[in-house]
Amino acid sequence: MNQPLTREQHLDLYYFMQLNRQLEERMVRLFRQNKIVGGLYSSLGQEAVSVGTCYALEKRDWIAPMIRNIGALLVKGVPPRDIFTQHMAKYTSPTKGKDGTSHFGDLKVRHIVSPISMLGDLIPVMTGVAMAGRYLGQNIVTLTWIGDGGSSTGAFHEGLGLAAAQRAPFVLIVENNQWAYSTPVSRQVPIKNLADRAVAYGITSAIVDGNDVIAVYTAAKEAVDECRAGRGPRLIEVKTMRMRGHAQHDPAEYVPKQMFDYWKARDPITLYEKYLTENKIWDAAAKSEIDARVERELDVEQKFAEDSPLPPSALAEEGVYCDGCHKIEADWKRSKADLMPPKSSINPAWRLEDLGALGEILVTPHAVAAGNGAKTPASDTAKVAAAEPGNAAARPLAAAPGEIVEEPAVPRVPFGRGPKDKAFLQSPENPQNKTYRRGAPDKTFHKGGHDKSFNKNASGKSFGKNPNGKPFGKNPQGKSFSKSTPDKQGRR
Amino acid sequence: MATQTATSSAPITMVDAIRQAMFEEMERDAAVVAIGEDIGVYGGAFKVTDGLLAKFGRERVIETPISETAIIGAACGMSFLGLRPVAEMQFIDFIACCFNQVTNFVAKSHYLWEAPVPMVIRGPSGGGVHGGPFHSANPEMYFVHTPGLKVIYPSTPSDAKGLLKSAIRDNNPVLFFEHKFLYRRLKEEMPPGDYLVPIGKAAVRRAGRDLTIISYAAMAHTAMEAAAELAKEGIDAEVIDLRTLLPLDKETILTSVKKTNKLLIVHEDTRTGGIAGEIAAIVCEGAFEDLDGPIERVTALDTPVPYSPPLEEHFLPNTAKVVAAARKLAKY
Repeated sequence: MNQPLTREQHLDLYYFMQLNRQLEERMVRLFRQNKIVGGLYSSLGQEAVSVGTCYALEKRDWIAPMIRNIGALLVKGVPPRDIFTQHMAKYTSPTKGKDGTSHFGDLKVRHIVSPISMLGDLIPVMTGVAMAGRYLGQNIVTLTWIGDGGSSTGAFHEGLGLAAAQRAPFVLIVENNQWAYSTPVSRQVPIKNLADRAVAYGITSAIVDGNDVIAVYTAAKEAVDECRAGRGPRLIEVKTMRMRGHAQHDPAEYVPKQMFDYWKARDPITLYEKYLTENKIWDAAAKSEIDARVERELDVEQKFAEDSPLPPSALAEEGVYCDGCHKIEADWKRSKADLMPPKSSINPAWRLEDLGALGEILVTPHAVAAGNGAKTPASDTAKVAAAEPGNAAARPLAAAPGEIVEEPAVPRVPFGRGPKDKAFLQSPENPQNKTYRRGAPDKTFHKGGHDKSFNKNASGKSFGKNPNGKPFGKNPQGKSFSKSTPDKQGRR
Repeated sequence: MATQTATSSAPITMVDAIRQAMFEEMERDAAVVAIGEDIGVYGGAFKVTDGLLAKFGRERVIETPISETAIIGAACGMSFLGLRPVAEMQFIDFIACCFNQVTNFVAKSHYLWEAPVPMVIRGPSGGGVHGGPFHSANPEMYFVHTPGLKVIYPSTPSDAKGLLKSAIRDNNPVLFFEHKFLYRRLKEEMPPGDYLVPIGKAAVRRAGRDLTIISYAAMAHTAMEAAAELAKEGIDAEVIDLRTLLPLDKETILTSVKKTNKLLIVHEDTRTGGIAGEIAAIVCEGAFEDLDGPIERVTALDTPVPYSPPLEEHFLPNTAKVVAAARKLAKY
């Protein structure tokens, strides 16, 4: 369980959200004064997402922000001057003017990976950071954000797939702000909740109100804790709203007014102020003190940025390669000897336990009911499905613990839909309307199996028997091939 | 297959040499890890990583889904924490799947935000083995055109070993092309000890007076065969094997051209936008006054790599084509 936040922490959340908003409001003014040379992207209305998620991380943890996650950078300790100078292309900026916006990182101190405009690519990158952290024994968690729009990229799916396969300590925040530039979510993804996509990867997910910073923080904290405990990755969909256009040039006239009105009434900072007041966590004096502090700090930071020089043009030629300018050294928190021979050496073969549900099938005949039935002789399947309805292995492969996978009320009758499956017996898949008996193979069903030509593989060996002459269903090496006719295969 | 890990004096193939480099680097430095598809239990599609899993275990030999973008992204992320991943593309053609990750993120990180990316992307490339249009490509020039990357394309087992070891120790992202035609067709003794070949240095494979033939990878051998043919006709060709395409060893190129005054460039990559054009420009900029004839090139056709043997043979450069171009050039 999460520890409740202290008063200080509650006020911290307010401070960072307000700092985020006022910083961006100032940048809008700078943009209008032509002091920001490139684009300006607003996170107005999304401050609770950036601040609430990042606040759940520890100092050692890693983030990779998107362009609208300035609040997360602030929580990570990035001074506002870095954000001003980046936008103003100043020599004093973290990238010295080589890139703008929030496109900068910090490998050594704050553990920030720089964003890339091609959305989704940071998901595999942060998966790799998470894997390396685990490898080095650092016990870190990594976190990045993706929008509703970016969740349609290939990199999103490749990255999430690898993170899931690796059980990486990685949290993905799907920041559903309703709009990918001018395209609403419904025209991108025909599902109600983007979090549903996590199911396909066997990842536990949650959906939270992205304008409620406490809800966001609480969900993120739980996800981070789970990842740190080795139960990652996690996905959280936060539902929020982009209250301005894609960037400054875009008046967002395509957004229905009612939509802005709805979300304006749910402004995350106003909501949180109300929460703090109603719960007597602060008073008017505390609020004005923080607001004044924000203004005071931003005055200093903005002045620094405005007074800073632009970079010398020759800088454009520098830094394409690392020619010894950086010392690359991993921060080992575990013994390297564990990763060196002889300790690291293993028997390089797949073990049954590596095979997940397939392995269970091969070890325990009871488990046949799920998985790829095509690899198990049909008679065994029918037998087992009948004998052990609803066995635990009926979960999909790589099922995550918890709420994602609901145990079907009726046992799944997968491949080899069993003899009790009346619907199947009358289905077009079984035109002959034959029933299958337990145990002894049914002649009709096994038509293929008795067909000598079908039963031969390329090298002329019978698939039906393993080298020891035993049926393949019990072959520990898992080299089973179906000898049944394909048209009798059931569907999962 | 049992894998030799110790350096012995017996000649070995390029596959063995590459594997030996990976073994030695993984033994030397726990920060070196391998990542890719089917590289563990199976040992890789060409068995380059065979035996790595047995020795270094699953944490260091990471098998992935078929997700090239995820492989490169994850390797890049690992490198941010100081690891030195060696990512395998099962065939280098598939690097197109992760083009964005390589060219926009990996290649730009150091320039933009001072994040070095010490990783290697290696994989089998090249034609001549009837792999067809999706398993025979030479996509090196996409990456030679990408500042921030280094691109290596060796032609011999010892160079492959020495350059891969250098690539793994380099602080930059290095693309390491392994010509699959050469994987098992030649054997060579490995130099003893911790053998490194510097990145960015071409090798003069044959000294000559009459013209310079510049090539790399499988075509370096074709160039040598052509030089032997030409020698019979009294044409003394100098053969340069580039070994590294980025950074290019301009000094060796210009020195040779200033000596022979004639230049023929041979590559298996397609013609338009191949490195021959870049070398021609470098020579025009640096040795124009020394040229006694036009810069000639023998390259693959500007087509996809076709599958059927007569088509592929027509597509590829060969010794006869190189000899013919050299004869023409020698007449100037």
